[in-house]
Parts: sequence; structure tokens; C-alpha cells
Amino acid sequence: MLLALIFRNAFRHRLRTLLTMVGLAVAILAYGLLSTVISAWYAGADGASGARLITRNSISLVFPLPITYREKIRQIDGVRAITLANWFGGVYKEPKNFFPQFAIEPESYLNIYSEFRLTDEERREFLRDRKGCIVGAKLARTYGFKVGDTITLQGRVFPGNWDFVIRGIYTGRDAKTDVSQMLFHWDYLNETLKKRWPGRANEVGVYVVDIGDSARAAEISRAIDIQFKNSNAETLTETDRAFQLGFVSRTESIVVAIRLVSYVVIFIILAVMANTMAMTVRERTAEYATLKALGFSPLFVILLIYGESLAIAAIGGGVGIAATFPVAALFAKTLGKFFPVFDVSSTTVGLQMLWALLVGLISAFFPARRAARVKIVDGLRSIG
Amino acid sequence: MSDALVSLRNIVKTYRRGQQIVPVLAGVSFDIEAGAFLALMGPSGSGKSTLLNLIAGIDRPDSGQLIVAGEEIGNLDEADLADWRARNVGFIFQFYNLMPVLSALENVELPLLLKDMPRRERTERARLALEMVGLADRADHAPSELSGGQQQRVAIARALITDPTLIVADEPTGDLDRESANDILRLMQRLNDEIGKTIIMVTHDSRAAGHAHAIMHLEKGELSGREDVRA
Repeated sequence: MLLALIFRNAFRHRLRTLLTMVGLAVAILAYGLLSTVISAWYAGADGASGARLITRNSISLVFPLPITYREKIRQIDGVRAITLANWFGGVYKEPKNFFPQFAIEPESYLNIYSEFRLTDEERREFLRDRKGCIVGAKLARTYGFKVGDTITLQGRVFPGNWDFVIRGIYTGRDAKTDVSQMLFHWDYLNETLKKRWPGRANEVGVYVVDIGDSARAAEISRAIDIQFKNSNAETLTETDRAFQLGFVSRTESIVVAIRLVSYVVIFIILAVMANTMAMTVRERTAEYATLKALGFSPLFVILLIYGESLAIAAIGGGVGIAATFPVAALFAKTLGKFFPVFDVSSTTVGLQMLWALLVGLISAFFPARRAARVKIVDGLRSIG
Repeated sequence: MSDALVSLRNIVKTYRRGQQIVPVLAGVSFDIEAGAFLALMGPSGSGKSTLLNLIAGIDRPDSGQLIVAGEEIGNLDEADLADWRARNVGFIFQFYNLMPVLSALENVELPLLLKDMPRRERTERARLALEMVGLADRADHAPSELSGGQQQRVAIARALITDPTLIVADEPTGDLDRESANDILRLMQRLNDEIGKTIIMVTHDSRAAGHAHAIMHLEKGELSGREDVRA
């Protein structure tokens, strides 16, 4: 009968309860979406390996490093493998069609970035064809790319039209892997540059160093940078994760703003829910006093109020959580190119549940305390 | 010590209204025997409802000795007092005070949740109690689907269900028309006559008080007289 009392009480003012539930569902949904946006922001860093180092020009990423550094870095103690990458920055048909493109050394790059998955045949074909490229599955879906297609990019960093043949579509090892990039042969870029702008050939954007043991990251980073100290192109080496976080930190204020908005949303619904519960309990003061007169303890009254608040929070929160997945999918479809990884994580769902629970508990706290403390004779006199 | 069911000695009760202390009961002493049907009458503010609340254990005196059903209830803590009320007191309120979301049957069954009793037995007893007040056919009706008189009969069934030592009724007919009021009063009289329930009733209505064995008059917090009504 306790449950019957809780649920029937919860729906006594149907419109008020439904509006509160809708508000809670929207708040929990908004929180889930905003949290997912923040996770997406950090997805690159989260997916980065601690056993990979990125070596770049210490002045800025814009300045390249000589190709001759590759063998020197390879000789440093603790370095297991090395590869390279150049940001290409081309345009596919129209400037709005943005996606990241990198010129890479295919074999070593794919060995180090083992999270990029290709079939053996795709890998073989990519390695064989110097004008070949591979694209991530998400990118392929977005533009309808298929293996064998020829695509032309207009170079912005490296002017001219550049033709590529898609030799493979890679997938990710897990949800955190960025499958929205295009990768092609550094040799193709470099040989073309030798012909068109010889002064820009034999240059590398970043070196990616596989060290195997992440515990030695600081020591090996130092060793690499010392190697090129006082040279024309001094280096800055950091872990892949720190490198990715460096990009995120430039937009940190946006992330902080989003995080704040997500908390504000929860705070607003907490106020709405607390108001609902306060009104509800005030209206039922005489009923709670009657229960206490009949011999029910103040704890029973507290249970009734908490039960009602938690029931509303559970239903509203549950709807909000359930709605997060389809809405996030829609969001990802619309803004997918800005967020390579846009998945609702189990942590986000856990936090949504926790917030719904806290909203239920906190909003019932003061009304329950008041109802438990009110003297029976005073409660019986009150009219809801 | 007498063998009275209710024994009050020098009961004093005051209320605080802002800075002001308002005396309500000024040293009231009397006994009520088991099986009595007593009406408490008096003008507004005479202290009759306060007196009833003290006897029912939902309020506490400032001083004095209050023994009900063999227990000095002024000395009980809140939890023990709640247990004591559940065992000994049945309540009938002016505005019925039924739970609007529960059916008539569930309302009657409600006090039995405090007893260690299987659900089936609870329901059976509640049906019997409803039968006793003539509402067996309205068991599944919500209070809002019942007339005032019917709601008060449900409240009486709820007051009876735990077989309490004492029934307290605060203006039980105050919200009813004359015919319904008479029905309720006859029902209360039957409970007193046939099953020997001790009833203490606060009323303004002298016709209602006429159904009691005795009427006790209060004025300005003091007993001003007692008259026997029916043998």
C-alpha cells in the first residue's frame, strides 16, 4: 500500500507532475548532450596513446622539421619506431567540406597507429599505390567515398590540384578512434614538391615516436629535444595525449562554458522540482498529520515524500536518458564533421542517473523535514 | 489511583502567540470511566479541542498528570506515543481526513499497516468494518465519490479497525447535514451500546451531545459543569 500511496500521490496533480517530469527529462537530456559534446572535444586526447610521442618544431606547428631528423631520433635510446606526418589542409570541392588530411609514411604509420584497421588487401593496395589514400569509415559515409574512387583536393598549404585513388576505408579499434581522416603517401607529396617547389621538399610536419614504455616518456622526450638543441629547427617533444590536449586547451573557455551551462540546467530543474515537492507537501500537511495521528512515524511520512520525489525523478530522468541516444545520433549526423567521435559514454549515462537521483533526493529534503517536524495538531489545522 | 480509563489531574496547557502566552486549560481534573460516551461542550476557545487532543495523545500538557488506558502518556517519547496511539486511539475528524488517493477499503485498512498482519487478513477485517458501518458496497469507491455522511462512516470504520480502547471524535457532525449527522450519531451510539467502545466527542451541537451519556462543559479552560444525559 506504501507503493500505491507513493505512485497515486505522484499523479494526483497530473499536469503538474507531467510538466515536472518533462522538465526533468529535458534537463537530463541536455546534460547528456552537453557532456557528450565535452567528451567529443577531448576524444582525440582520450584516444591518444601514452606510449607515443609527438616531436614538432619548438616555435610552432606551422614550421616544419627536416627529414634528416628521422634517423637521428631513431638512434635515441628507448625509441622503438618512428613515423612522420604532414598536415595537408586541402579542400574537397568546396571549402565547407572540411576534413583532416595527412601525408604519412604508410607502413610505419599504420604500424604505430594500430587502432586504424584495414583489411590485408586494402593495406597491400594502399602501400603499393603512391597516389593511393585511405579514408576513415565515417568520412566515407559522409561523402559516399568507395574504394577505387578518385578524389581531387585543392591544396591550400600546398597549392594545386592533387588527385588520389581511394585504396581502403579504415575502421577504428574502438569508439574513441577518429575515423574521419584521410591519409595518403608522404612520398607523393614530397616528390611533387621536389618538382614544383624544391625549397619545400624533404620537410616533415611532425614525427610520431613509438617508445613502447610510457613510463620513459619524459626521459625520451628530453633526450630528443636535447639532440636538436641550438640547431636551426629546435624540437618540442610531448606525449600524443599532451599534444592533443594542447589543441583542446586553446578552446578551453568554450568547454568551461558548456560545462557551466550543463550544471545550470541541472540547477534550474532542481529548483523547479523542489518547488513542485514543496507545493505538494504543503497541500498535504493535514494528510501527513492524520497519518501521524493514526500512529505512523515521521519516518513513514519522510518515506512517502522521498518515494514520490524519487518516482518523479526516476521517470523523468529515465525518459531523458533514453532520449539522449537518438538525439545524440541526430546531433552527430548534423555536426559530425566537427566531432569525429560523438558517442554517449557509459560515464555520461551514469552521471545522468546520478543527477536525476540527486535532484529527487535534494528536492524532497526540506519538504520531508518540514512534514516530519510539523506538530500533529498544527498539521490537522492546516488546509491544503 | 482510580480504575478510570482516562484520568486527568491538574492539566495545564498554554499556547504561545507571538510574544503572548495564551492560557487554554487551567488545572483541569476529571476521570472518564471505560464504556462512557462523553460529550465535551463549550464556547469557541474554551479548550475542549485541546483537551481532546491531550487525551488522544496528539498534544502534550505543560503540566499535570494524564493517564489514559493505564499509561502516563505525558511521559512517553514521540515514538512510544505514536505506538500508544496506534494501539489505543481511534480518530474521527470533522472533515473525515481520509486519504483521497485510497479507496474506502484501503482507507479503512490503513491503520492495520502498523500491525504485523498478512494482507489478506487486513483486507478481510477492513471489509467487515465497512459492513459494520453499512458501506460494504462502496469499498472500491474513492472518498471523492462518497457523500459527506458516507465519508464519515468510512472514517468511523477506520477508527474501529484496530479495536482501540478509546474513540475520540472532534466535531464529527460539524460538516454534515442534519440527516447524515443523525446517522453518524446513531452509529456512534451503537458502537458505545453494543460493543462498549469508550467515546469522547467534542461538539458545539447540543442535539449531537444528546446522544452521549454525559456532557461536560468547559469555559475559559476550566470545567464549568457536568450533566448526565441518558442512562
